[in-house]
Amino acid sequence: MDIPSFADLNLGVTLPAVFLALGTTVLLLIDAFLPKERRHLTAWFALAGVLVSFVLTLFNFGSSETALAGMFVADSFTGFMNLVALTAAAITILLSIDYLKRTGNARGEFYSLLLLSTAGAMFMASANDLIVVFVALELLSIPLYIMAAFRLNNAKSEESGMKYFILGAFSSAFLVYGSALIYGATGTTNLQEILASIGGIVEAGSSAIFYLVIGAALIVVGLGFKVAVVPFHMWTPDVYEGAPTPVTAFMSVGAKIGGFAALLRVLVTALPFLVAGQTVEPVWQNTIMIVAALTLIVGNFVAISQSNIKRMLAYSSIAHAGYIMMAVAAAANPFTADFAARSALIYLLAYTFTNLGAFAIALAIEKDDGSGTDIKDFVGLARSKPVLAAAMAVFMFSLTGIPLTAGFTGKWFVFQATMQAGLVPLAVIGVLTSVVSAFYYVRIIVNMYLSDGEGDEAAGATPLVNWAVYISFAGTLLLGVFPILATNLTETVTLLASVAP
Amino acid sequence: MQSLALIAPLIILLPSLGTIINFFWGPKLNERFSSLIGITASASTFVVWLVLFSYLNGNYYQPAIVDLPILDGWIRIPSVGLEIPWQQRIDTLSVTMMGFVTFVGTLIHIYASGYMHGDPRYARFFAYLNMFLAFMLILVSGNNLLMLFVGWEGVGLCSYLLVGFWFDKKHGVGLKNSNAARKAFVANRIGDFGMLMAIFLAFWTFGTLDLYKPTEVTNPHMMEALASGGGHGEEGAAPANGAAEEGGHGEEAPAGEEGAGDHTGSAAQLVSLASDLPIDQEGDHGEAAAEDHGESASEGHAGPVIAYTDNTHLTFSQLGIFAQAERLAQLGEGETLERGDGTTAGRMINFGAFELDIDTVITLITLFMLLGATGKSAQIPLFVWLPDAMAGPTPVSALIHAATMVTAGVYMMVRANSLFHLAEFSSLVVTIIGVLTALSAGYVAMGQFDIKKVLAYSTVSQLGFMVAAVGVGAYGAAMFHMITHAFFKALLFLGSGSVIHGVEHGHHHAHEHKHDDHGHDEHHAETFDPQDMRNMGGLRRKMPITYATYLIGTLALAGLYPFAGFWSKDEILADSWVAAIQDGKFAGFVALGLFVAAALTAFYMWRQIEMVFHGSPRTEAAEQASESVWSMTVPLVILAVLSLLGGFLNIPSGIGLFSFGLQGVFGEHTLSTWLEYSVVHLHVGAFQPLIAIVSLVLAVAAIILANRIYGSNKAINSEGLDPLEANPASRPIFALSNARLYWDEIYGRLFITPFNRTAAFLANVVDMAFLHDYFHDSVITKGFNGIGRLLSHPIDLGIIDGAVNGIGRLTRWISGGLRRTQAGYVRVYAVALLIGVVAVIVFMLLPVLQG
Repeated sequence: MDIPSFADLNLGVTLPAVFLALGTTVLLLIDAFLPKERRHLTAWFALAGVLVSFVLTLFNFGSSETALAGMFVADSFTGFMNLVALTAAAITILLSIDYLKRTGNARGEFYSLLLLSTAGAMFMASANDLIVVFVALELLSIPLYIMAAFRLNNAKSEESGMKYFILGAFSSAFLVYGSALIYGATGTTNLQEILASIGGIVEAGSSAIFYLVIGAALIVVGLGFKVAVVPFHMWTPDVYEGAPTPVTAFMSVGAKIGGFAALLRVLVTALPFLVAGQTVEPVWQNTIMIVAALTLIVGNFVAISQSNIKRMLAYSSIAHAGYIMMAVAAAANPFTADFAARSALIYLLAYTFTNLGAFAIALAIEKDDGSGTDIKDFVGLARSKPVLAAAMAVFMFSLTGIPLTAGFTGKWFVFQATMQAGLVPLAVIGVLTSVVSAFYYVRIIVNMYLSDGEGDEAAGATPLVNWAVYISFAGTLLLGVFPILATNLTETVTLLASVAP
Repeated sequence: MQSLALIAPLIILLPSLGTIINFFWGPKLNERFSSLIGITASASTFVVWLVLFSYLNGNYYQPAIVDLPILDGWIRIPSVGLEIPWQQRIDTLSVTMMGFVTFVGTLIHIYASGYMHGDPRYARFFAYLNMFLAFMLILVSGNNLLMLFVGWEGVGLCSYLLVGFWFDKKHGVGLKNSNAARKAFVANRIGDFGMLMAIFLAFWTFGTLDLYKPTEVTNPHMMEALASGGGHGEEGAAPANGAAEEGGHGEEAPAGEEGAGDHTGSAAQLVSLASDLPIDQEGDHGEAAAEDHGESASEGHAGPVIAYTDNTHLTFSQLGIFAQAERLAQLGEGETLERGDGTTAGRMINFGAFELDIDTVITLITLFMLLGATGKSAQIPLFVWLPDAMAGPTPVSALIHAATMVTAGVYMMVRANSLFHLAEFSSLVVTIIGVLTALSAGYVAMGQFDIKKVLAYSTVSQLGFMVAAVGVGAYGAAMFHMITHAFFKALLFLGSGSVIHGVEHGHHHAHEHKHDDHGHDEHHAETFDPQDMRNMGGLRRKMPITYATYLIGTLALAGLYPFAGFWSKDEILADSWVAAIQDGKFAGFVALGLFVAAALTAFYMWRQIEMVFHGSPRTEAAEQASESVWSMTVPLVILAVLSLLGGFLNIPSGIGLFSFGLQGVFGEHTLSTWLEYSVVHLHVGAFQPLIAIVSLVLAVAAIILANRIYGSNKAINSEGLDPLEANPASRPIFALSNARLYWDEIYGRLFITPFNRTAAFLANVVDMAFLHDYFHDSVITKGFNGIGRLLSHPIDLGIIDGAVNGIGRLTRWISGGLRRTQAGYVRVYAVALLIGVVAVIVFMLLPVLQG
């Protein structure tokens, strides 16, 4: 084995993610050496780190190179995912500062953990090797376990972290096992090399195909757990409910960004020709389709009868994972793979803005002791906090998928991709379940606007939280009115054989 | 002149600005300023409309497509050929709708400025009204189905906001309003599902969502008429003066009282556009026309220079969805045509797993569109929201629904006439739904006591007429009825508002006489319902202007000659008759059921007149009622005049003296001919004397019958019962009507309750009880124990023992930590995950094992 030269490592393109990962260690030191009365500055350093990484990503955007001896890939897909993940991190920081303070948990390591997790998501988006996928997944998850349990002396929070940890460890094991099986079949963990050797295995009809298929199935399971699709979703409501709200907010988007990035990358780049018989579509398409359909149905229907906003948003996030899963299913068709990947990216961006916005408002009306997260607590919000209520209404409309909001843009592209891939029944289920989703989203609006009652004074709506709401609100509307902003950014995204082996 | 069309984006922008101002700064503005902003925004759209209208008249009714520079590529991904521009289409159909929306909208804004006086959220109301207008204009002016859908959803949203606007009213009224709003929203969402499916199917099939592409000729037939008439076509050498003859526009051209405008600019431009004219025309015609221009209205019909009269020069992918559909449908079995980008298209459309014939696809698209229309235009089965939405909330929101939003569905179907023309089966379904709606809503209107509920069901019924007209292919008649109906229904609604106002006033008056100290409505609104017709009677003398105008509205709605409703309803009936007898269409026969609906209309409207205005006052409130103020009566008078004259917009030919020779002023078929430039399959029907007489006789007979039953002070008997209710023979008929055919109850039973139950079942039983409890107890615990026994007894090995013990310890450790809450659930989750893993692996392996 050749030892790659420093130039071959091509470290330049890894900079956005590496900077963030290294920056967190520096941040820990900064936090340790800052005098106590200056500790609040840690958050601002973290935000600055996110911004620097954001700018670095923009500088690299549109390139298509591999680095670290082919284990790392930096292309438009990576770039876009990085931007989404960093946006989510920035908004989460804004949400966390005052929340942690008022719940008595203002400790600097929170921000280091948040940035580490973000870096994990970014590495997942750039993984070109199954080993990197696994390591990045752990880098994404382990900080999340800790953050979920970040509220000391709160049983629910501890329970949430514990549950998430145990089940997460369980699912990571599947991912590793899947990678091992694929390695066994192909002798490599590099995605391009897997792609290159699959054709021979399929044509020869060798029994190695069993390892490949089981390996692919296990990878779907491992990543499916992270993005919370049915039947790997059961942890979601408990964990979301118990975790501190900013963590829930980040978890609901950050883990999905990383998970879907890796899922798309592995399935579309490495396994598109894993076919059985004379079909064009790979064997994983049907599974993904059924998972997507189940996710849509369970997520949307069960959300109807939730009375806690965080649980409702948990089921809603399951449902939205289903919509993105539709795009993954569409990406199985080699002719629509790239368009489907683009639609998933656009959906993720739309979902990030909207969902973080919704959580921001849930956080604003939450009490210091963690109560006040009932759907009834929204009653009359339009009278006490008209601006927040209007923003929440827009977020709810966006989650429903009403035109001129980001949610519609996302749904439009995903449905379009699904139709183009010929998955008409799945598209029908998608449209029908989004009709169903109107029921529970509109209920919030009804509570805010049309129910009698004194509105909550929204003590949590500090200026920083308001800024988070404004940013999410602007993103939601901009993406809804000018979808071209997102379509232009994703224009160059190609996953299928994106990097020459 | 052509550049005039470029003003089109303003028609959306202006009300949007109004919305923004009133929404964000509204609370800081005073009422006068808020209403000024709202009314100005609305009135200026009307001005923009006037410009667009004159643009069309100046350009031989040739459509224009206007791009908005900043949204040029609204949604565009070139690599997959997805391109949806933000384009507005200015043609006779969209301009008709825009005129209708801006005019009625402006009137409603003005009315609202007075009516909403004193409301704490005054500015907000205007923001909503402006937003409604903006979305409605996006809907009617969009050149692609996605824009139509944006507007479609937008008006749905605004209607939700407007219907629920008075959610905070006391005595349960607020709750009723918010329920009505939610009902409207949900019913419309179901319709939207249909629209979305239609859009996806259309995109899949045609690869575009554009209604027509910019270079496309909309109606080849009219273009030929224009070309041959305007410049004597290919004999081209005709002198310019010859072109100025009256016949120059072809037989069907409008008589042109508005015609002659500035044709020259456009003529010159069209010349420059057309270098290879199939119909040759030299530039000097334009110049000659320029000289004529302005001298006399009857001259100057120099005719346009027409580059193309049909689309044969365009490749398939250069066409919009309608023209593509027509080309595909004309193909024979196995034939293909060039798309223009190297690929070919045939009759069979590939949907991945299966293929469908183009006829089937068009039928599906149109059926989905129909589902959309049943939501917006309140047809069976989704009409249930409209009566609630109209009877409860502010009269203003009721009006804006009646007059504008509900026309969206009819507009969309008229717009898609090319598709409906190709889909015989869908057209039949459309007719059946329209007729059923017209009949059942008309029947229900017979048994209502709420003055506005009667009008609400009447609106549903009249929309049924329009939808049925679309079904039999009478697109012109549908649009005509839409316009006349807007006049007299607005009149009746405002009239009922005036009546309610008067009765309420009278009630206060009567009340104050007894108890001097309190006169606030909240105190006794519980007991007295000013909308209940049983509390009225004899208002003829108390409110003479309201009575007179209401009577005109009633006669117009009942379809009595010479009121507006007569002409439009007669055209629908005549066209169905022609479709049934001459063309032998089954849909035509179905549409003959509209005769019964027409008779019902006359009956329930006269019942209302008798109950409200005739006889003697039945309550003190009615006794004390007085005429409303002039700001309410003046609009009534204006609308009454329109209800009287509106029918002359589209006088049928062959009617002779009945029209008082007014066709000399208005021209014959003015509206139909005007619309024909953009509605390809519109046909101009002749007057059917027999039909006119039959429908007139039916209407008069129904009025006489209603007069016999309800007249001479018998409208409500001493026990407060309707005469039909009092008579045992007719009681069941009345009761069924009064109970609104049990539609809402049936929906409650069929959908709402099961829906709630399903959700609760999924949540409580499947997710909690089954997965958490039953599954846990019976499958996991027992299974676990079973496996454990199985393993430990025969193979009592240390390793297995250790593993089981290890798992047991781990579990205990976990549950110890989590004992306080939900101990043990993680196990359930883990095992569920495991089962999921097995399922996924098995499922993915299956094809490999089979293949």
